[in-house]
Amino acid sequence: MPHDHGPDNSFDNMPARVKALETLLVEKGLVDPAAIDAIIETYAHKVGPRNGAAVVARAWTETDFADWLRRDATAAIASMGFTGRQGEHMEAVFNGPDVHNLVVCTLCSCYPWTVLGLPPVWYKSPPYRSRAVRDPRGVLAEFGVGLPEGKPIRVWDSTAELRYLVVPERPAGTEGWDAARLADIVTRDSMIGTALVAAPGDAP
Amino acid sequence: MNGPHDLGGRMGFGPVVPEPEDVIFHGDWEARALGLTLACGALGHWTIDESRHARESLPPATYLSASYYEIWIRALEALLERHGEVSAAERASGKLEAPGLRPERCLRPERVPAVLAAGGPTDRRVPVPAAFAVGDRVRTRNLQPEGHTRLPGFAREKTGVVEAVRGGFVYPDTNAHGAGEMPCWLYTVAFRGPDLWGADTDPALTVSIDAWEPYLERA
Repeated sequence: MPHDHGPDNSFDNMPARVKALETLLVEKGLVDPAAIDAIIETYAHKVGPRNGAAVVARAWTETDFADWLRRDATAAIASMGFTGRQGEHMEAVFNGPDVHNLVVCTLCSCYPWTVLGLPPVWYKSPPYRSRAVRDPRGVLAEFGVGLPEGKPIRVWDSTAELRYLVVPERPAGTEGWDAARLADIVTRDSMIGTALVAAPGDAP
Repeated sequence: MNGPHDLGGRMGFGPVVPEPEDVIFHGDWEARALGLTLACGALGHWTIDESRHARESLPPATYLSASYYEIWIRALEALLERHGEVSAAERASGKLEAPGLRPERCLRPERVPAVLAAGGPTDRRVPVPAAFAVGDRVRTRNLQPEGHTRLPGFAREKTGVVEAVRGGFVYPDTNAHGAGEMPCWLYTVAFRGPDLWGADTDPALTVSIDAWEPYLERA
């Protein structure tokens, strides 16, 4: 049977399968390996959650910027130099005493690359995608987050090309901190909504 | 399509396993898979909607047992085959049988920063006024196409409230199949948790989707 020798069975391990495809594409002149290196370099070292942390810290310290972020997140974020693929249309959603926001993509892996980089494995995997919309409190508990009972939770399913950035609550005890110091305590997960930003001195 | 990707509300997948922020790739092959997928996108044979549809069209057992980069690579193989660039026979033998169709579109390293920074905006002008306004009660239609759609199954035939009118956007249901961008109005529609998941659901839960106008009717 041809299927026994088909491509699905030729490469049981993904490293060999990816390498074989890259080799064919390079030989056909369709892919330049140096471009792949440049793409990897971009997302390994340049575009990541430190971008988002800078946006959040600025929103915490500049009221005008926070207002702009609420009104037109795409423009406000672009003004800090964060533009491009999977961040073309941005929305910022603000946590507060009356709401905790959580972002998911139940249908695939949509994620705001320009501010958070590449999504973590769990964000793309069935456990999170299936339960975030139905049992967000249970999901949050697995991240060690317990919200006050009755606190409203808002889940944003990224079903279109809008990409959502959660602006977490600024913790008490950070009064007088500048934006750079604040950015250091803003975690990736807090900008997805699966963590809170801990007050300084709190156990993580 | 009612595919394996439509995971909202499914049960039995176990706990979420968090991961440290500094873990980006699990092995070099994941990094190469990312780069290959983006570089091949630059050839211009397919849209992001067609690539999503290629991923969700994998056999369900494959989709649900594969890591996400494996899903990407399997879908990339399907897309390259569909568009005549790399045949199954070439993948099996590792030997070229035909030259590439679009070598002139090959992404060069010096263009990578500009291409990634430009992205691919999908907002478009829609020549007709929006049918719904903020605050309108709407009901999602019972749409179960065999092709691509971005209306998740859990939000089908549900009543919610229009929370934002986002403007006109490329319609994935047609664009994924080469049938044109057909831009439509896009709305953020919010649903009460109990309306989605039953009366014993946390009443403090609200879930929203972003829905194109053809997905909606007035409630």
